[in-house]
Amino acid sequence: MNAIADVAERIEAANAEALARMLAADPVLVDVLPAAEVLPVLGARTILHAGPPLVWDDMCGPMRGAVAGIAVFEGWARDLEQAASLAADGAFAFHPNHDFGAVGPMTGMTTVSQPLLVVENRAFGNRAYCTVNEGLGKVMRFGGNDAEVLQRLAWLRDVLGPALGAAVREAGGVPLKALVARGLTMGDEMHQRNVACSGLLLRALAAPLARTCRDRDVLAQALAFMAGNDQFFLNVAMALGKAMMDPVRGIAASSVVTAMCRNGTEFGIRVSATGDQWFSAPVEMPEGLYFPGFGAADANPDMGDSTIVETVGLGGFAMAAAPAVAGFVGAGAASDAAGYTRAMAEITLGENPEWTIPALDYQGVPSGIDVRLVVDSRVVPTINTGIAHREPGVGQVGAGVVRAPMACFEAALRALAREVGVA
Amino acid sequence: MSVTANRVRAGFFLDSVALMRLSRSLLALPGVEDAALMMGTPANRELLGDAGLLADEGAAASGGDLVLAVRAGDETQARAALEHAETLLRRPGQRAAGGDDWHPRTLRSATRLLEGANLALISVPGDFAAAEARKALRQGLHVMIFSDNVPLEAEVALKQEARQRGLLVMGPDCGTAIVGGVPLAFANRVAPGDIGIVGASGTGMQEVSCLVSEHGGGISHALGVGGRDLGEAVGGISTLMALRALMADPATRHVVLISKPPAPAVAARVGECLAGSDKTFTLCLIGAREFALPPNAGFASTLKEAAAQALGKAIGERFDPAALAVPARGPSIRGLFAGGTLAAEAQVVLLAAGQAVASNAPVPGASALDGAPPEAHRLLDLGDDAYTRGRPHPMIDPGVRDGPLRAALADPLAGVVLLDTVLGYGACDDPAGHLAEVLEAAPAPRPTVVASVTGTRDDPQGRAGQIERLRAAGVLVAPSNADAAALALACVAARC
Repeated sequence: MNAIADVAERIEAANAEALARMLAADPVLVDVLPAAEVLPVLGARTILHAGPPLVWDDMCGPMRGAVAGIAVFEGWARDLEQAASLAADGAFAFHPNHDFGAVGPMTGMTTVSQPLLVVENRAFGNRAYCTVNEGLGKVMRFGGNDAEVLQRLAWLRDVLGPALGAAVREAGGVPLKALVARGLTMGDEMHQRNVACSGLLLRALAAPLARTCRDRDVLAQALAFMAGNDQFFLNVAMALGKAMMDPVRGIAASSVVTAMCRNGTEFGIRVSATGDQWFSAPVEMPEGLYFPGFGAADANPDMGDSTIVETVGLGGFAMAAAPAVAGFVGAGAASDAAGYTRAMAEITLGENPEWTIPALDYQGVPSGIDVRLVVDSRVVPTINTGIAHREPGVGQVGAGVVRAPMACFEAALRALAREVGVA
Repeated sequence: MSVTANRVRAGFFLDSVALMRLSRSLLALPGVEDAALMMGTPANRELLGDAGLLADEGAAASGGDLVLAVRAGDETQARAALEHAETLLRRPGQRAAGGDDWHPRTLRSATRLLEGANLALISVPGDFAAAEARKALRQGLHVMIFSDNVPLEAEVALKQEARQRGLLVMGPDCGTAIVGGVPLAFANRVAPGDIGIVGASGTGMQEVSCLVSEHGGGISHALGVGGRDLGEAVGGISTLMALRALMADPATRHVVLISKPPAPAVAARVGECLAGSDKTFTLCLIGAREFALPPNAGFASTLKEAAAQALGKAIGERFDPAALAVPARGPSIRGLFAGGTLAAEAQVVLLAAGQAVASNAPVPGASALDGAPPEAHRLLDLGDDAYTRGRPHPMIDPGVRDGPLRAALADPLAGVVLLDTVLGYGACDDPAGHLAEVLEAAPAPRPTVVASVTGTRDDPQGRAGQIERLRAAGVLVAPSNADAAALALACVAARC
């Protein structure tokens, strides 16, 4: 009995440290750079994808579509058909984004020539990366891979990426913690709704862009692209999440979840004390609202690294800040939004005192998911998510809510018990 | 001369509305003349300067830094205000008074929502009850465990841990408690008063508290301890703690302890515990042999007698079983009880009259059902596991009694069928109505039916209405369970 009490104390102390590191984070958007520059280990034919490790044979339709598209984009295959057969023959090396300090939405394709948002956690000196959001409609993150999709990626690589990088450097970086705090008071939860933060970021970068962009057409295109994409900030928030959680990894005895992600086939989590070990379970189907002409039968199982925003207390955890989302994602009435955030408080260590929600009397977002609390309360993280079509190339068909599978947390808890010597 | 003090939180952002709210709460602190929490933008720093709130630290802040600024009567007051501001910043959220209809899923968040809560009621399947109870204890909560099927070792470990923490464990299998006037689980709406109850038995506590309340007295607290508490293994941990709590309670004058016979060593400990108190005590240990007690304590052989001692006056004197008795058609009493202690009390009443009694839950002096002569009085505790496996308790679902009741009504040896009717929170909405329907459907002639109603006039079911319904179905209703047993005996005795 005393041994167990000692272990409980060790875990509490480790978790206090984990939460302290989360809350001490100071994420700043410092640059936008080609992947080749920030991740030189990414050679030719290396493809980073969302979620835990995955082989071609187990990939869902959109993931395969994105792989084929990105291979053509990178010039590793002449067309989609050849790309798919190369992939099937093992010509590409697949790795999770998370193993390279990166995150990617939905299919999460990260390859050598794409521009990456660079977020530095100035409190700890670590950096995290995410691609630039492509906008809505037919896009690679939902498995889109036709000429229009690849052309947009080329424009992001050749035009917007360099322009944004210059502007961010000109601005001396954009501190993100305060920006997110304001976004929460303006109705964003940073997963399904990024309207406010996208606008705030555009406001912060407009003047630097104007100063650094010599070509007026390019300036106009860049401003129009950002202004026309309500989800532009999502990828920034994801890199922020990754930058915030990476220093929390590897704290002995800590039961705090450091990453949650999905690859369209499996849902995986990592826990601080168990380092880089993945705890995976079959991913669930989102429940939500569909665009006209689509329904649940069209939906692909849940996908993407974007759950990193829930890992830091945003997204489904901050639903109370975004009642508009509660209705949109099919989570229930707008007035139910607070219940989602309160439920997440059941499974988290504390609140983030800087990310507060006015509608909850300035309660901070629930922060620090504790696998013990998840297993004990049987409350799993609620995730706000986009829904991809199950066929490659179609794109987004809806948005909804998905629950993290309990089995991941149970497996993680068993591993933690072994780690601390009580099993 | 007032003092201006600043503190800067680098890179800490809060929305200006939240900051203004926090600033205002600083103004209420002693000695504080003015205060502001602002992000350190040039414009804000100018505002602070104009207000006489800017010191050197704040002047050096940048737009991404939060400036805490205070002007107060002296240095100490200024520093105290800044400390308070830091505290508020760690937890800027304030719970709204009304709140919404959110129901917490765990004790952990429930206690955060309801600060000051000090008691957790646990009702989960027995396998999990001890784990939940332990969590509650570790949050500093007293615990009432409604769940049954908690292993004895778990009960002992829990109660030992609770005693160490100075917390009371009520239960397991604690069906009844009234704490500070609030009825918990199966309990009745009784009048407040100066009589405390400690009980290892739910229906025993209900009968005593109702008799007290219906006869002009009232209850301070009724604390359940679980049926095994006074056994050797547990050693009366909760009973002794509950007794001491009531001894220390200025609102309590007299305490009734209700239990099955305790283990001798535990009985001795109870005796010692009472000796030091300036209050008076009644021990109602159904079927127990008497043992040495200090002068401020006495025994009662029945629940009715315990209630009378607590009230300091006789109750139900005008009730005359002989006068009310109806000659029974057969020699035997068939008792069918929802309340275990009510079944035990009835056995004690019959045994005291020299009768042979058999029961599935025999008190000392009664025999088991197996091998008992057919004409022996048979009193069944229908709350026993043998009858409730996979079904609710007969207090909740009176249908549990229907089968045995029909059998008893058809039994040629049965002169009297003796019943209890338990009212209160948690009990069936209309137990009398249910009984009456079964009785009215029984073929005539049937045995005499005698019953009592454990309840008060303020109970949700209403005691008077329940009695009326039983009488309408031809039931002889006695004022207490002990009186009902006496009346049943009188009916059998009046036969030829």
